[in-house]
Amino acid sequence: MKYKDYYKILGVEKSASADDIKKAYRKLAHKYHPDVSKEADAEAQFKEVGEAYETLKNPEKRAAYDQLGSFQPGQDFRPPPDWGGQFGAGQHFSEDADFSDFLHGLMGGRFSQKHGGATMPIPGEDFEVAARITLEQAASGSEIEIKLSVHEPDAQGFPRRVPCSIKARIAKGATQGQRLRVPGKGGKGLNGGRDGDLYLKIELAPHRLYRVQDHDLYVDLPLAPWEAVLGATVEVPTLSGRVRLKVPPGTQAGQQLRLAHRGLPKPHKGEGDLYAIAQIVVPAKVSERESALYQQLAEGSDFKPRSHFDLEVADEH
Amino acid sequence: MNIEISEAVWLDRAGVISMSELAQLSGLSEAILLQLIEYEVLPPAASAAGGPTFTGDCLVTARMACRLQSDFELDAAGLALVLSLLDRIRGLEAEVRGLQAQAPRRPHKA
Repeated sequence: MKYKDYYKILGVEKSASADDIKKAYRKLAHKYHPDVSKEADAEAQFKEVGEAYETLKNPEKRAAYDQLGSFQPGQDFRPPPDWGGQFGAGQHFSEDADFSDFLHGLMGGRFSQKHGGATMPIPGEDFEVAARITLEQAASGSEIEIKLSVHEPDAQGFPRRVPCSIKARIAKGATQGQRLRVPGKGGKGLNGGRDGDLYLKIELAPHRLYRVQDHDLYVDLPLAPWEAVLGATVEVPTLSGRVRLKVPPGTQAGQQLRLAHRGLPKPHKGEGDLYAIAQIVVPAKVSERESALYQQLAEGSDFKPRSHFDLEVADEH
Repeated sequence: MNIEISEAVWLDRAGVISMSELAQLSGLSEAILLQLIEYEVLPPAASAAGGPTFTGDCLVTARMACRLQSDFELDAAGLALVLSLLDRIRGLEAEVRGLQAQAPRRPHKA
Protein backbone atom coordinates (compact mmCIF):
# COMPACT_ATOMS: atom_id res chain seq x y z
CA MET A 1 0.00 0.00 0.00
CA LYS A 2 1.06 3.57 -0.60
CA TYR A 3 1.03 5.90 2.37
CA LYS A 4 -0.92 9.16 2.20
CA ASP A 5 -0.01 11.96 4.58
CA TYR A 6 -3.43 13.44 5.36
CA TYR A 7 -1.90 16.20 7.48
CA LYS A 8 0.32 17.27 4.60
CA ILE A 9 -2.61 17.14 2.18
CA LEU A 10 -4.54 19.57 4.40
CA GLY A 11 -1.40 21.61 5.13
CA VAL A 12 -1.68 21.28 8.91
CA GLU A 13 0.61 20.06 11.71
CA LYS A 14 0.01 16.68 13.33
CA SER A 15 -0.89 18.55 16.48
CA ALA A 16 -3.57 20.65 14.70
CA SER A 17 -6.83 21.18 16.56
CA ALA A 18 -10.17 20.03 15.12
CA ASP A 19 -10.90 23.69 14.34
CA ASP A 20 -7.63 24.14 12.45
CA ILE A 21 -8.38 21.00 10.43
CA LYS A 22 -11.86 22.28 9.59
CA LYS A 23 -10.49 25.70 8.55
CA ALA A 24 -7.78 24.13 6.38
CA TYR A 25 -10.34 21.85 4.75
CA ARG A 26 -12.75 24.70 4.00
CA LYS A 27 -9.99 26.79 2.45
CA LEU A 28 -8.92 23.92 0.19
CA ALA A 29 -12.55 22.99 -0.58
CA HIS A 30 -13.14 26.55 -1.84
CA LYS A 31 -10.12 26.16 -4.06
CA TYR A 32 -10.71 22.66 -5.38
CA HIS A 33 -14.41 21.81 -5.11
CA PRO A 34 -15.29 20.59 -8.62
CA ASP A 35 -18.59 22.52 -8.64
CA VAL A 36 -16.91 25.87 -8.00
CA SER A 37 -13.26 25.45 -9.00
CA LYS A 38 -11.57 26.30 -12.26
CA GLU A 39 -8.26 24.75 -11.17
CA ALA A 40 -6.82 22.09 -13.43
CA ASP A 41 -7.24 18.66 -11.83
CA ALA A 42 -9.67 20.11 -9.25
CA GLU A 43 -11.64 16.89 -8.96
CA ALA A 44 -8.65 14.72 -8.11
CA GLN A 45 -7.30 17.33 -5.72
CA PHE A 46 -10.64 17.65 -3.96
CA LYS A 47 -10.93 13.89 -3.63
CA GLU A 48 -7.65 13.83 -1.70
CA VAL A 49 -8.66 16.79 0.43
CA GLY A 50 -12.10 15.28 1.14
CA GLU A 51 -10.59 11.93 2.05
CA ALA A 52 -8.07 13.58 4.39
CA TYR A 53 -10.81 15.63 6.08
CA GLU A 54 -13.16 12.67 6.35
CA THR A 55 -10.48 10.84 8.33
CA LEU A 56 -9.04 13.66 10.42
CA LYS A 57 -12.34 15.29 11.43
CA ASN A 58 -13.42 12.13 13.23
CA PRO A 59 -11.44 11.63 16.49
CA GLU A 60 -11.63 7.82 16.28
CA LYS A 61 -10.51 7.66 12.68
CA ARG A 62 -7.81 10.23 13.35
CA ALA A 63 -6.47 8.21 16.29
CA ALA A 64 -6.38 5.05 14.19
CA TYR A 65 -4.65 6.90 11.36
CA ASP A 66 -2.06 8.33 13.77
CA GLN A 67 -1.47 4.82 15.06
CA LEU A 68 -0.18 3.82 11.64
CA GLY A 69 2.98 5.82 12.26
CA SER A 70 4.87 8.18 9.96
CA PHE A 71 5.89 7.42 6.42
CA GLN A 72 6.82 9.46 3.40
CA PRO A 73 3.82 10.23 1.11
CA GLY A 74 3.67 7.54 -1.58
CA GLN A 75 6.01 5.26 0.39
CA ASP A 76 5.10 1.57 0.41
CA PHE A 77 4.06 0.51 3.87
CA ARG A 78 2.25 -2.18 5.81
CA PRO A 79 -0.03 -1.28 8.67
CA PRO A 80 1.19 -2.57 12.07
CA PRO A 81 -0.04 -6.10 12.82
CA ASP A 82 -2.44 -5.00 15.54
CA TRP A 83 -3.84 -2.08 13.56
CA GLY A 84 -7.47 -2.31 12.55
CA GLY A 85 -8.27 -4.97 15.15
CA GLN A 86 -10.04 -2.45 17.33
CA PHE A 87 -12.58 -1.91 14.56
CA GLY A 88 -13.43 -5.57 14.47
CA ALA A 89 -12.24 -5.87 10.92
CA GLY A 90 -9.25 -8.13 11.43
CA GLN A 91 -6.30 -8.24 9.10
CA HIS A 92 -6.74 -8.20 5.40
CA PHE A 93 -4.28 -6.29 3.29
CA SER A 94 -3.19 -6.62 -0.27
CA GLU A 95 -0.26 -4.94 -1.95
CA ASP A 96 -2.09 -3.52 -4.94
CA ALA A 97 -4.90 -1.96 -2.95
CA ASP A 98 -5.43 1.72 -2.52
CA PHE A 99 -4.67 2.75 1.04
CA SER A 100 -7.80 4.89 1.28
CA ASP A 101 -10.00 1.94 0.27
CA PHE A 102 -8.76 0.06 3.29
CA LEU A 103 -8.97 2.99 5.61
CA HIS A 104 -12.58 3.61 4.69
CA GLY A 105 -13.39 -0.05 4.66
CA LEU A 106 -11.87 -0.70 8.04
CA MET A 107 -13.24 2.37 9.69
CA GLY A 108 -16.90 2.46 8.91
CA GLY A 109 -16.95 2.29 5.13
CA ARG A 110 -19.95 0.77 3.42
CA PHE A 111 -18.39 -2.61 2.77
CA SER A 112 -17.43 -3.07 6.40
CA GLN A 113 -21.05 -2.45 7.35
CA LYS A 114 -21.90 -5.46 5.27
CA HIS A 115 -18.99 -7.33 6.72
CA GLY A 116 -20.11 -6.46 10.23
CA GLY A 117 -23.44 -8.13 9.60
CA ALA A 118 -25.60 -4.99 9.21
CA THR A 119 -28.53 -5.55 6.90
CA MET A 120 -29.57 -1.95 6.23
CA PRO A 121 -30.06 -1.39 2.48
CA ILE A 122 -27.24 0.76 1.17
CA PRO A 123 -27.74 2.44 -2.22
CA GLY A 124 -24.93 2.11 -4.73
CA GLU A 125 -22.56 4.97 -5.41
CA ASP A 126 -23.40 7.37 -8.26
CA PHE A 127 -20.63 7.94 -10.78
CA GLU A 128 -20.19 11.20 -12.64
CA VAL A 129 -17.91 11.34 -15.66
CA ALA A 130 -17.21 13.57 -18.64
CA ALA A 131 -18.08 11.96 -21.97
CA ARG A 132 -16.09 13.41 -24.85
CA ILE A 133 -17.74 12.99 -28.21
CA THR A 134 -17.19 14.48 -31.65
CA LEU A 135 -19.58 16.88 -33.33
CA GLU A 136 -20.42 14.16 -35.84
CA GLN A 137 -21.33 11.79 -32.98
CA ALA A 138 -23.50 14.49 -31.40
CA ALA A 139 -25.28 14.97 -34.72
CA SER A 140 -25.92 11.32 -35.49
CA GLY A 141 -26.07 9.77 -32.02
CA SER A 142 -23.42 7.39 -30.75
CA GLU A 143 -22.49 4.54 -28.51
CA ILE A 144 -19.68 5.33 -26.14
CA GLU A 145 -17.66 3.11 -23.85
CA ILE A 146 -16.73 4.46 -20.44
CA LYS A 147 -13.94 2.87 -18.48
CA LEU A 148 -14.09 3.28 -14.72
CA SER A 149 -12.25 2.03 -11.68
CA VAL A 150 -14.91 1.14 -9.11
CA HIS A 151 -15.00 -0.16 -5.54
CA GLU A 152 -16.31 -3.67 -5.09
CA PRO A 153 -16.30 -5.91 -2.04
CA ASP A 154 -13.98 -8.89 -2.23
CA ALA A 155 -14.85 -12.33 -0.78
CA GLN A 156 -14.24 -11.02 2.75
CA GLY A 157 -16.31 -7.90 2.21
CA PHE A 158 -13.35 -5.56 1.95
CA PRO A 159 -13.34 -2.92 -0.75
CA ARG A 160 -11.04 -3.27 -3.71
CA ARG A 161 -10.81 -1.38 -6.96
CA VAL A 162 -11.80 -3.19 -10.11
CA PRO A 163 -11.86 -1.93 -13.69
CA CYS A 164 -15.32 -1.66 -15.18
CA SER A 165 -16.60 -0.81 -18.67
CA ILE A 166 -20.01 0.64 -19.38
CA LYS A 167 -21.47 1.14 -22.84
CA ALA A 168 -24.08 3.85 -23.20
CA ARG A 169 -26.11 4.99 -26.16
CA ILE A 170 -26.36 8.74 -26.54
CA ALA A 171 -29.20 9.67 -28.85
CA LYS A 172 -28.59 12.44 -31.39
CA GLY A 173 -29.00 15.94 -30.04
CA ALA A 174 -26.27 16.27 -27.42
CA THR A 175 -24.27 19.45 -27.16
CA GLN A 176 -21.57 20.95 -24.95
CA GLY A 177 -22.37 20.63 -21.24
CA GLN A 178 -25.46 18.46 -21.81
CA ARG A 179 -26.18 16.14 -18.86
CA LEU A 180 -27.45 12.59 -19.16
CA ARG A 181 -28.24 9.84 -16.72
CA VAL A 182 -27.68 6.13 -17.25
CA PRO A 183 -29.94 4.53 -14.64
CA GLY A 184 -28.54 1.68 -12.59
CA LYS A 185 -25.04 1.88 -14.01
CA GLY A 186 -23.37 3.29 -10.91
CA GLY A 187 -22.06 1.22 -8.02
CA LYS A 188 -23.93 -1.87 -6.88
CA GLY A 189 -26.37 -1.40 -4.00
CA LEU A 190 -25.90 -3.55 -0.92
CA ASN A 191 -28.42 -5.46 1.19
CA GLY A 192 -31.18 -4.75 -1.31
CA GLY A 193 -30.26 -1.07 -1.77
CA ARG A 194 -30.78 0.31 -5.28
CA ASP A 195 -27.87 0.43 -7.71
CA GLY A 196 -26.34 3.84 -8.24
CA ASP A 197 -26.58 5.76 -11.51
CA LEU A 198 -24.00 6.92 -14.00
CA TYR A 199 -24.16 10.63 -14.83
CA LEU A 200 -22.56 11.91 -18.02
CA LYS A 201 -21.53 15.44 -18.87
CA ILE A 202 -21.01 15.88 -22.58
CA GLU A 203 -17.82 17.51 -23.79
CA LEU A 204 -17.62 18.21 -27.48
CA ALA A 205 -14.19 17.70 -29.02
CA PRO A 206 -13.02 20.83 -30.87
CA HIS A 207 -13.82 20.64 -34.57
CA ARG A 208 -11.56 21.58 -37.46
CA LEU A 209 -14.21 23.83 -39.01
CA TYR A 210 -17.15 24.47 -36.72
CA ARG A 211 -17.56 26.29 -33.43
CA VAL A 212 -20.60 25.52 -31.30
CA GLN A 213 -23.09 27.54 -29.30
CA ASP A 214 -25.89 25.37 -27.93
CA HIS A 215 -27.13 23.67 -31.11
CA ASP A 216 -25.97 26.40 -33.51
CA LEU A 217 -22.75 26.04 -35.46
CA TYR A 218 -20.45 28.77 -36.75
CA VAL A 219 -18.03 28.39 -39.64
CA ASP A 220 -15.71 30.98 -41.13
CA LEU A 221 -16.45 31.64 -44.79
CA PRO A 222 -13.41 33.08 -46.57
CA LEU A 223 -14.39 35.23 -49.58
CA ALA A 224 -12.26 36.85 -52.25
CA PRO A 225 -12.76 40.66 -52.33
CA TRP A 226 -14.61 40.44 -55.65
CA GLU A 227 -16.93 37.70 -54.30
CA ALA A 228 -17.84 39.96 -51.38
CA VAL A 229 -18.41 42.96 -53.68
CA LEU A 230 -20.17 41.28 -56.57
CA GLY A 231 -21.87 38.44 -54.69
CA ALA A 232 -21.30 34.77 -55.45
CA THR A 233 -22.68 31.31 -54.98
CA VAL A 234 -20.23 29.26 -52.91
CA GLU A 235 -20.17 25.75 -51.48
CA VAL A 236 -20.25 25.48 -47.70
CA PRO A 237 -19.54 22.23 -45.83
CA THR A 238 -22.30 21.21 -43.41
CA LEU A 239 -22.54 18.15 -41.14
CA SER A 240 -24.75 16.53 -43.77
CA GLY A 241 -22.67 17.42 -46.81
CA ARG A 242 -21.91 20.45 -48.92
CA VAL A 243 -24.61 22.97 -49.73
CA ARG A 244 -24.64 25.96 -52.05
CA LEU A 245 -24.92 29.33 -50.35
CA LYS A 246 -25.76 32.57 -52.11
CA VAL A 247 -23.50 35.35 -50.88
CA PRO A 248 -25.29 38.66 -51.57
CA PRO A 249 -23.43 41.51 -53.31
CA GLY A 250 -21.83 43.94 -50.85
CA THR A 251 -21.23 41.34 -48.12
CA GLN A 252 -19.12 42.79 -45.31
CA ALA A 253 -16.48 40.98 -43.26
CA GLY A 254 -18.02 39.54 -40.09
CA GLN A 255 -21.51 39.36 -41.59
CA GLN A 256 -23.30 36.15 -40.63
CA LEU A 257 -25.12 34.21 -43.35
CA ARG A 258 -27.63 31.79 -41.85
CA LEU A 259 -28.24 28.30 -43.15
CA ALA A 260 -31.44 27.34 -41.34
CA HIS A 261 -31.63 23.87 -39.72
CA ARG A 262 -28.06 23.00 -40.70
CA GLY A 263 -26.77 23.05 -37.11
CA LEU A 264 -26.85 20.23 -34.57
CA PRO A 265 -30.10 18.33 -34.10
CA LYS A 266 -31.89 19.07 -30.82
CA PRO A 267 -32.72 16.20 -28.45
CA HIS A 268 -36.47 16.03 -28.97
CA LYS A 269 -37.22 17.91 -32.17
CA GLY A 270 -35.80 20.55 -34.44
CA GLU A 271 -32.28 21.57 -35.30
CA GLY A 272 -29.99 24.48 -34.66
CA ASP A 273 -28.75 26.70 -37.51
CA LEU A 274 -25.41 26.98 -39.23
CA TYR A 275 -23.96 30.47 -39.53
CA ALA A 276 -21.29 31.20 -42.11
CA ILE A 277 -19.24 34.20 -41.01
CA ALA A 278 -17.90 36.15 -43.98
CA GLN A 279 -14.17 36.75 -43.96
CA ILE A 280 -12.63 38.79 -46.75
CA VAL A 281 -9.24 37.40 -47.58
CA VAL A 282 -6.63 38.63 -49.99
CA PRO A 283 -4.03 36.58 -51.83
CA ALA A 284 -0.58 36.56 -50.22
CA LYS A 285 1.03 36.89 -53.66
CA VAL A 286 -0.40 38.40 -56.82
CA SER A 287 0.68 38.05 -60.39
CA GLU A 288 1.69 41.07 -62.47
CA ARG A 289 -1.64 40.97 -64.25
CA GLU A 290 -3.60 40.85 -60.98
CA SER A 291 -1.51 43.66 -59.59
CA ALA A 292 -2.27 45.74 -62.68
CA LEU A 293 -5.99 45.04 -62.33
CA TYR A 294 -5.94 46.07 -58.64
CA GLN A 295 -4.05 49.21 -59.63
CA GLN A 296 -6.68 49.95 -62.23
CA LEU A 297 -9.41 49.41 -59.61
CA ALA A 298 -7.62 51.68 -57.13
CA GLU A 299 -7.45 54.45 -59.67
CA GLY A 300 -11.01 54.02 -60.88
CA SER A 301 -12.76 53.64 -57.51
CA ASP A 302 -14.04 56.48 -55.33
CA PHE A 303 -14.62 54.11 -52.37
CA LYS A 304 -13.39 55.68 -49.12
CA PRO A 305 -13.21 52.95 -46.46
CA ARG A 306 -12.01 55.41 -43.77
CA SER A 307 -14.32 58.31 -44.40
CA HIS A 308 -15.59 58.12 -40.78
CA PHE A 309 -12.07 59.09 -39.62
CA ASP A 310 -12.53 62.43 -41.37
CA LEU A 311 -15.87 62.99 -39.64
CA GLU A 312 -14.30 62.37 -36.22
CA VAL A 313 -11.45 64.77 -36.97
CA ALA A 314 -13.98 67.38 -38.14
CA ASP A 315 -16.01 66.92 -34.92
CA GLU A 316 -12.94 67.57 -32.78
CA HIS A 317 -12.40 70.99 -34.40
CA MET B 1 -16.30 -9.38 -23.62
CA ASN B 2 -19.78 -8.38 -24.69
CA ILE B 3 -21.02 -5.36 -22.75
CA GLU B 4 -24.70 -4.60 -22.73
CA ILE B 5 -25.56 -1.14 -24.05
CA SER B 6 -27.60 1.13 -21.76
CA GLU B 7 -29.72 4.06 -22.89
CA ALA B 8 -28.64 7.45 -21.57
CA VAL B 9 -31.57 9.65 -20.54
CA TRP B 10 -31.54 13.41 -21.20
CA LEU B 11 -31.53 15.56 -18.10
CA ASP B 12 -33.17 18.58 -19.68
CA ARG B 13 -36.40 20.54 -19.56
CA ALA B 14 -38.37 17.76 -21.23
CA GLY B 15 -38.29 15.02 -18.57
CA VAL B 16 -40.53 14.98 -15.48
CA ILE B 17 -39.36 13.93 -12.02
CA SER B 18 -41.48 13.69 -8.88
CA MET B 19 -40.44 15.18 -5.55
CA SER B 20 -39.69 11.78 -4.01
CA GLU B 21 -37.64 10.71 -7.06
CA LEU B 22 -35.69 13.96 -6.92
CA ALA B 23 -34.97 13.42 -3.23
CA GLN B 24 -33.93 9.81 -3.78
CA LEU B 25 -31.72 10.48 -6.80
CA SER B 26 -30.09 13.66 -5.49
CA GLY B 27 -29.59 12.63 -1.87
CA LEU B 28 -31.26 15.82 -0.59
CA SER B 29 -34.09 15.60 1.92
CA GLU B 30 -37.57 16.71 0.83
CA ALA B 31 -37.39 19.39 3.55
CA ILE B 32 -34.32 20.97 1.93
CA LEU B 33 -35.88 20.61 -1.53
CA LEU B 34 -38.94 22.52 -0.32
CA GLN B 35 -36.72 25.29 1.03
CA LEU B 36 -34.85 25.48 -2.29
CA ILE B 37 -38.21 25.84 -4.05
CA GLU B 38 -39.05 28.67 -1.68
CA TYR B 39 -35.74 30.38 -2.46
CA GLU B 40 -36.59 30.00 -6.17
CA VAL B 41 -33.43 28.11 -7.13
CA LEU B 42 -35.31 24.90 -7.88
CA PRO B 43 -38.39 25.84 -9.88
CA PRO B 44 -41.08 23.14 -9.93
CA ALA B 45 -42.56 22.43 -13.36
CA ALA B 46 -46.03 21.83 -11.96
CA SER B 47 -47.88 21.07 -8.78
CA ALA B 48 -49.60 17.70 -8.97
CA ALA B 49 -51.75 16.04 -6.32
CA GLY B 50 -48.74 14.05 -5.13
CA GLY B 51 -46.63 17.21 -4.72
CA PRO B 52 -44.56 19.33 -7.08
CA THR B 53 -42.91 17.83 -10.16
CA PHE B 54 -39.66 18.95 -11.75
CA THR B 55 -37.99 18.90 -15.13
CA GLY B 56 -34.97 16.65 -15.65
CA ASP B 57 -32.44 19.49 -15.42
CA CYS B 58 -33.50 20.07 -11.79
CA LEU B 59 -31.79 16.78 -10.95
CA VAL B 60 -28.46 18.30 -12.07
CA THR B 61 -29.06 21.30 -9.76
CA ALA B 62 -30.23 19.13 -6.86
CA ARG B 63 -27.24 16.80 -7.09
CA MET B 64 -24.89 19.76 -7.11
CA ALA B 65 -26.80 21.19 -4.12
CA CYS B 66 -26.33 17.91 -2.24
CA ARG B 67 -22.56 17.92 -2.87
CA LEU B 68 -22.24 21.57 -1.84
CA GLN B 69 -24.36 21.04 1.25
CA SER B 70 -22.29 18.14 2.51
CA ASP B 71 -18.86 19.42 1.45
CA PHE B 72 -19.32 22.98 2.76
CA GLU B 73 -21.86 22.25 5.53
CA LEU B 74 -24.25 24.88 4.15
CA ASP B 75 -27.76 25.64 5.39
CA ALA B 76 -30.60 26.10 2.89
CA ALA B 77 -30.17 29.91 2.65
CA GLY B 78 -26.42 29.62 2.01
CA LEU B 79 -27.02 26.81 -0.44
CA ALA B 80 -29.61 28.87 -2.35
CA LEU B 81 -27.20 31.81 -2.58
CA VAL B 82 -24.36 29.61 -3.88
CA LEU B 83 -26.67 27.92 -6.40
CA SER B 84 -28.01 31.20 -7.76
CA LEU B 85 -24.48 32.64 -8.08
CA LEU B 86 -23.24 29.46 -9.78
CA ASP B 87 -26.22 29.64 -12.12
CA ARG B 88 -25.26 33.21 -13.02
CA ILE B 89 -21.65 32.13 -13.62
CA ARG B 90 -22.80 29.25 -15.85
CA GLY B 91 -24.98 31.72 -17.80
CA LEU B 92 -22.09 34.15 -18.24
CA GLU B 93 -19.74 31.35 -19.26
CA ALA B 94 -22.27 30.21 -21.87
CA GLU B 95 -22.46 33.80 -23.15
CA VAL B 96 -18.66 33.98 -23.40
CA ARG B 97 -18.58 30.65 -25.23
CA GLY B 98 -21.24 31.98 -27.61
CA LEU B 99 -19.27 35.14 -28.32
CA GLN B 100 -16.11 33.09 -28.86
CA ALA B 101 -17.99 30.85 -31.28
CA GLN B 102 -19.15 33.90 -33.23
CA ALA B 103 -15.76 35.62 -33.32
CA PRO B 104 -14.02 34.83 -36.59
CA ARG B 105 -10.65 33.15 -36.33
CA ARG B 106 -7.59 34.64 -38.01
CA PRO B 107 -8.30 34.91 -41.71
CA HIS B 108 -7.13 31.94 -43.71
CA LYS B 109 -4.11 32.56 -45.87
CA ALA B 110 -5.12 32.19 -49.47
